[in-house]
Amino acid sequence: MRGDAKSMTVLSPRSAAEAVKAYAQAPAALPLAGGTDLMVAWNLGQWNGRAVLDLSRVAEWRTIKASAQGVLIGSLVTHSQIQAHPVLQKRFPLLVAACATVGAAQIQNRGTIGGNIANASPAGDTFPALAVYEATVRVIGPAGQRVVPIADIFAGVKKTTLKPGELIEAIFLPFVKTPTRGVFRKVGTRAAQAISKTMFAGLIWIGKDKKVTEARLSFGSLAPTVRRLHAAESFLRGRQLDPISINAAAELMTSDVSPIDDIRSTREYRLIVSRNLLVAFLKGEVK
Amino acid sequence: MITLTVNGRKQSFHGAPFKRLIDVLRENFALTGTKEGCGEGECGACTVLLDGEPVNSCLIPVCQAEGRAVETVESLGAPEKLSKLQAGFLACGGAQCGICTPGMLMTARAHLKSGVRVDETSVREALSGNLCRCTGYQDIVKSVITAAKKK
Ligand SMILES: Cc1cc2nc3c(=O)[nH]c(=O)nc-3n(C[C@H](O)[C@H](O)[C@H](O)COP(=O)(O)OP(=O)(O)OC[C@H]3O[C@@H](n4cnc5c(N)ncnc54)[C@H](O)[C@@H]3O)c2cc1C
Ligand code: FES
Ligand code: FES
Repeated sequence: MRGDAKSMTVLSPRSAAEAVKAYAQAPAALPLAGGTDLMVAWNLGQWNGRAVLDLSRVAEWRTIKASAQGVLIGSLVTHSQIQAHPVLQKRFPLLVAACATVGAAQIQNRGTIGGNIANASPAGDTFPALAVYEATVRVIGPAGQRVVPIADIFAGVKKTTLKPGELIEAIFLPFVKTPTRGVFRKVGTRAAQAISKTMFAGLIWIGKDKKVTEARLSFGSLAPTVRRLHAAESFLRGRQLDPISINAAAELMTSDVSPIDDIRSTREYRLIVSRNLLVAFLKGEVK
Repeated sequence: MITLTVNGRKQSFHGAPFKRLIDVLRENFALTGTKEGCGEGECGACTVLLDGEPVNSCLIPVCQAEGRAVETVESLGAPEKLSKLQAGFLACGGAQCGICTPGMLMTARAHLKSGVRVDETSVREALSGNLCRCTGYQDIVKSVITAAKKK
C-alpha cells in the first residue's frame, strides 16, 4: 500500500518549546524536517496511520549564527543554505563541499542537516566533515538540553543515541586554526543523486619543522557509523610525511574502519579506493 | 484549510494536510502539467518551484507549502505564446516522450533566474537531479542554452 494521507495526523508546533511539548504528548510521532528521507519511506507506505511532528515552523531552528567561538547551525538549515553562507564557506569548506554532493538541487533545497544526522545513514555525506571539525549536536527534550559530540550521536545503522522525546536543535562547529590542507572527497556511481561508496574528510596541520602537529582523518560508508582514524592520527603526530610514514598510516586504517560488501560496492573496492584517497591526501596530491 | 499561492493565484485546499503537493496540484487544482516519475525524489519529473527554488513535489506534504508560493509548468507559456525556455526545447528537440519535460523546464527556469553563468557545465550541474530516459541530455542542455541566449 502507498502512503495514505488520510491516515496521518499532523502536529505543527511553532516554537522549540511547543515542539518538545507536542512530542512528549505524542511520543510515537515522526519528526519531519525537509522530508527527503521520511517522505520516500512514507510514499512506499511505511508510515501509514502515524502522527507526524512537522518541525518546519520552528523558526529558531532555521538560522545560522556565527560567534567568536564558532558557528551554530540550526537543525532545519538546508544543504543549500549551508553552501551559501559566507562564514561556513571560509571557515568550514569541507562541510560546504559535502553539502554540495547531497543528492541534487531539489534535495539540497529541502534536506536539512538535522535530518541528515537523525537519519543516521552510514552514507550520510555531512558526517566525515562534521567529525573532523569536531562538531557537537545540541539536543532538546523533556529533561532539557544537552550537548552530544558528533561521534557519540550515532549508535549504528539508522540509529542514534537520541532518547525518547528528544529532538536535534542545532549543530555547533568550533572554529579551528587554518589547516595546512583540508579535503572532502565523495566516491559514488555518478556525481549527482548517488549514495556514497566511500567518502573522506581530512584536515592536517604541519609545523615549520615539517612535522605533523595534528591530523584529523575521517571516513564515511566504511563502517556502520562515521569513523575517525584514531590510530593513524596518533601515529602521524610528530612525524614527517615521508613515504614510509604515509604507508604506515594507511596500514593502520583498518584498525578504525571495517567496510562491507553491499549493493553499492564491495569491501575490497572500498578499502582500495579509500586507502588511495588517504595516501593522496597525506602526500598533498588532492586539494 | 491550507492556503498557498499557486502560479500567482491564492488557492485554498480543504483535505488531508499530509496529501502530497503533487497530488494536490494535479487532483485538487487540476494542474496536471506536473508529472510523477519515481515518487522517491530521484527523477525530478515532479519538480516545481517553492518560493523560487526547485523542489520535488512528490516529497512535500501540502501542509509544508502553507503560505508559500508554488510555480508549476503552467506558469510558463501557453501553446500560442511559448516561453523562451519552451520555445528552446521545441527548437532543439529537448523533449521526446515529455515525461521529464515539465520538471526540466522548472529546474532550468530557476537556473536562468539564479544569475549563475549559463554554460554547458552549469546547466548540466543544475539539471543533475532531473533524469531523462529518452533524449540523452545533449539536446536538453542545448535547449536551455538557446533559451538563455534569446533576449
Ligand atoms: C534522491 C535522494 C538523494 C539523496 N542523496 C543523498 C546524498 O547524496 N547524501 C546524503 O547524505 N543524503 C542523501 N539523501 C538523504 C536525505 O536527503 C538527507 O539525509 C537529508 O539531509 C535529510 O534531511 P531532511 O530534512 O529531508 O530529513 P527528513 O526526511 O525530514 O527526516 C529524516 C529523519 O530524521 C528525523 N528528524 C528530522 N529532523 C529531526 C530533528 N530536528 N530532530 C530529531 N529527528 C529529526 C525524522 O524523523 C526522520 O527519521 C538523499 C535523498 C534522496 C531522496
Ligand atoms: S516523481 Fe518526484 S522525484 Fe521522481
Ligand atoms: S523526454 Fe522522455 S524522459 Fe525525457
